[in-house]
Amino acid sequence: MLLRRVIPCLDVRDGRVVKGTRFLDLVDEGDPAELAARYAREGADEICFLDITAAVEGRATLLGAVERTARQAFVPLTVGGGVRSVSDMRAVLRAGADRVAVNSAAVADPSLVDRCARRFGRQCVVVSIDARRTRGPGAAGDPGRHAADTSAGRGADGDGPAWQVVVQGGRVATGRDAVAWAVEAAERGAGEILLTSIDRDGTRAGYDLALLGAVSRAVSVPVVASGGAGSPADLVAAVLEGGADAVLAASIFHRELHGIAAVKRAMAAAGIPVRLVPEDDWPRRATAR
Amino acid sequence: MSVSVALVDYGAGNLLSIGQALTLLGAEVHPAIRASDVGRPDLVVVPGVGAQGPAMRRLRRAGLAGALERAVAGGTWYLGICLGMQLLFERSEEDDSDGLGWIPGETRRIPSAPRLPHVGWNEVETLVPHPLLDGLPRRVPFYFVHSYAPAPVDRGVVVATTEHGGRFVSAVAAGRLLGVQFHPEKSGPEGLHVLANVLDIVAGEAPGGRPIPIDGPVAAGRGAPDGPRDGVQPAGRRGAAD
Repeated sequence: MLLRRVIPCLDVRDGRVVKGTRFLDLVDEGDPAELAARYAREGADEICFLDITAAVEGRATLLGAVERTARQAFVPLTVGGGVRSVSDMRAVLRAGADRVAVNSAAVADPSLVDRCARRFGRQCVVVSIDARRTRGPGAAGDPGRHAADTSAGRGADGDGPAWQVVVQGGRVATGRDAVAWAVEAAERGAGEILLTSIDRDGTRAGYDLALLGAVSRAVSVPVVASGGAGSPADLVAAVLEGGADAVLAASIFHRELHGIAAVKRAMAAAGIPVRLVPEDDWPRRATAR
Repeated sequence: MSVSVALVDYGAGNLLSIGQALTLLGAEVHPAIRASDVGRPDLVVVPGVGAQGPAMRRLRRAGLAGALERAVAGGTWYLGICLGMQLLFERSEEDDSDGLGWIPGETRRIPSAPRLPHVGWNEVETLVPHPLLDGLPRRVPFYFVHSYAPAPVDRGVVVATTEHGGRFVSAVAAGRLLGVQFHPEKSGPEGLHVLANVLDIVAGEAPGGRPIPIDGPVAAGRGAPDGPRDGVQPAGRRGAAD
């Protein structure tokens, strides 16, 4: 049975891991390669490396930092930020990424998703979507933890999308329906949707479960929950209530509020299949001699 | 004995991790971009990111398909990872493409899968004991990222299977042709254990001789208080320390 993944996320600016709230007020959290190695040791199922200012600054991904990170961690590495073309994607893969996330450039030209999938296979292409509530409880300014979770995908107060796609690191709203974009991206060749709620990002107020549920019901590719993880219970809810195939978190791991092993134990206790830190029930090769 | 490895680079994917892993385990790794780079190594490793159609076209255009065939005919071992395993078979539903065709059978989309691609850690269950998975539990999770898997004509080549909706073949061995659908270079200490097994098999040595040069969750759980913080240690140190 496929195990649910726990993915620490490294938001990288100028070669350093940073973390903000709703994509703003960034605080330095450390070196990406060191953090990746630590998380791999602690049982991370994957590392997500996002160069968060590449798109805004109109430059390519920080390949040197990607490569240093890849050399430290023998777990999968998904890299995003500043990927605008098939050749950008190729460069990121050669720097040690296993999968590549596209975001702003794919919104601007959705055929980028088709082209990357044709060249590298769809399993290699992650479409990262930054979504913001456009109205109703839980819209920007109201990160109330449970308020948003009860609302349906479309509110009664209008026909516009309940969540819109925001690009350029949360700076530019597109008006585009986030759920519809996820569906289109999957049809074009996305092998996974990395779904971030900007309203919840860095708030530790819990994932936007309504957004997550709407997207995970609408697509057949895996969906990664991102934005708002504050406690192990939030990660459990993302899987059981939001239908997430994987859960991504940043600040709770960077600030050691909760460890990866503790989060996984909580998920296992809730009946979610995860890769637990193995017990000493078999002789490890390194130690058997 | 140090094992010489030609790491086949056909223009796609992450070669860094597999190259790094094999080097840490003591292999002498050289990239093979052109046919003349392949030579007669002890082992060719064909890693695995990409779609089968473009991959076969690039292997042929660079003359690598022929060079691999000559090396294997001359006694070189082959390790295929993910797509590199699927290429061993005759053809693939993906892109309706042909493969190298050295093992009878074809690669098909995983049947009855709840979600595709199949991305993440899943248990590999040994069917028939083989040195490839020696020293590991009968069921152990490895990292997968794929939508297709091979269906060998001869079930005797199947070493392990994995469940995702239905069961698919996750490791094969046919003489000197070895293939794994998962990514050992991305599967932590257990993954490096498999790669160490491969190097032992190729070197004709008993398995277990190559210590795993990284800290994993287990080592961390045991305390390993003196372990360096960077997670990667020179080969051999863990074996001595423990």
